[in-house]
Amino acid sequence: MSEPLVTIEKLHKSFGDLHVLRGIDFSVDVGEVVCVIGPSGSGKSTLLRCINLLERPESGTVHVAGVEITDIDCDIDAARRQIGMVFQQFNLFPHLTATENCTVAQETVAKRSKAEARRIAQEMLERVGLADKVDQYPAKLSGGQQQRVAIARALCMQPALMLFDEPTSALDPELVGDVLTVMRQLAEDGMTMLVVTHEMAFAREVADRVVFMDDGVIVEQGRPDEVIGSPQHDRTRSFLRRVLDPTHVQPT
Amino acid sequence: MSSRAKQAVTDTIQPKRKLSPRKRAQRIRWIQYTLLVAIAVAAALAADWGQIVDVFFRPSLISRAVTSGLFNALVNTLVYTAGGFVLGLVAGTILALMKLSQVGPYRWMATAYIEFFRGLPAIIIFIGFALLPLAITGLRIPFPPYGTAWLALGIVASAYTAETVRAGVQAVPRGQVEAARSLGMSPFTANRKIVLPQAFRIVLPPLTNELILLVKDSSLIYIIGLTIAAAELTTFGRQLANTTANLTPLVVAGFCYLLITVPLSAIVRRMEASTEKAR
Repeated sequence: MSEPLVTIEKLHKSFGDLHVLRGIDFSVDVGEVVCVIGPSGSGKSTLLRCINLLERPESGTVHVAGVEITDIDCDIDAARRQIGMVFQQFNLFPHLTATENCTVAQETVAKRSKAEARRIAQEMLERVGLADKVDQYPAKLSGGQQQRVAIARALCMQPALMLFDEPTSALDPELVGDVLTVMRQLAEDGMTMLVVTHEMAFAREVADRVVFMDDGVIVEQGRPDEVIGSPQHDRTRSFLRRVLDPTHVQPT
Repeated sequence: MSSRAKQAVTDTIQPKRKLSPRKRAQRIRWIQYTLLVAIAVAAALAADWGQIVDVFFRPSLISRAVTSGLFNALVNTLVYTAGGFVLGLVAGTILALMKLSQVGPYRWMATAYIEFFRGLPAIIIFIGFALLPLAITGLRIPFPPYGTAWLALGIVASAYTAETVRAGVQAVPRGQVEAARSLGMSPFTANRKIVLPQAFRIVLPPLTNELILLVKDSSLIYIIGLTIAAAELTTFGRQLANTTANLTPLVVAGFCYLLITVPLSAIVRRMEASTEKAR
């Protein structure tokens, strides 16, 4: 058994009085696709943002590819190059074209030549199906196209791990499929992925493992058919009932 | 219902309504127009046009102003303003980043500087610079008198641009920094490549407004005492007006300011309109 790519131990995070993560122990293997599901406010996004230290946890450790991210001596900028991140709101750079969005970090961080950065950007934009949009500014692109540029931008840094923070939650329903298809291909190509999502179909079909979080702890995890198909805990069952059958929910 | 009965009903509902509100508004507007025209005509008849033209627009003095170095003064105004603005923009940007810094002392220093120089009348700063060489013997500011003018204008401009640029930086969504940092950019690179370019785009209209203010503030340089060759528009117009005991040179100089500021404010309006559209 090889070393896991991501190892999280006893992670705690609070925002003021709000204890968002209450002791998370968790790991992701190389090539594994893990979907994190759970009600809003359960700490899923915070967990993801602790992995590349966009949020600084109070206690506990995060290791990614053998590097302790939470160590004060860690070169966080170097470590983040290994970790691609895709945001709910895309966060494309609006003053740069699709290609420039993909090249800016390659040139400034990875110190690649202009030509090489362009070549890689081109390749990644093709991979997400946007070969014809390379010179467009984000404002001219649909939400689904913007999110795919954001995925290409992260891939250009050739990360070992990709984090997805509700990547389809801000999209119109008919555009969700484009993004999920790109993510499925990425999974099939062997990328290690940690996906916070409400797309149960994606979790069921693509994930190797589904993690259900509630109230800052991992309630249960396992194969998708186990967690989504026959959940063991009441909290998981009631959450899934609400998500999968939203027209028959008792309002609380 | 017979037509007479109908008439009776309307009479009871509207007992002698004179004018509809819209008609009344129309009448009032006509009265205002008539009044305005009457005032203009009265003023035109009362004015001594000969004297007005002689004092403010004497043709011989207009041509004398143009031939005796007006263009040189205009160029000097532009040079003083441009130098001061560039200096102010660089210093203002540094101050803005200091004010947004996580490091307390940087914030305090920037706040103190901005509050101090924004709170002082610009003329006091110029008087200060005029007296500085007297107060500190051996002090030499390079490129006299341009260096002194640039420094004084730059200090005035920096305090204002700092606040403008800070507002621009804060208007850039947090997600932009997060995206940049998550790609491995250092805070410095993220600022230089992602945040500041967007911030400057946002504050381009207010920055241009500050440029307009600085064009006018450049007239205060007369306080440090300028030779004819270094004179800007106000100094030039004032000296010529003094020697000729006529206001025409000052009017000409004033018109030159408008040549600079009116196109600039037109540019601001266009930029504001286009950002409005982009939304």
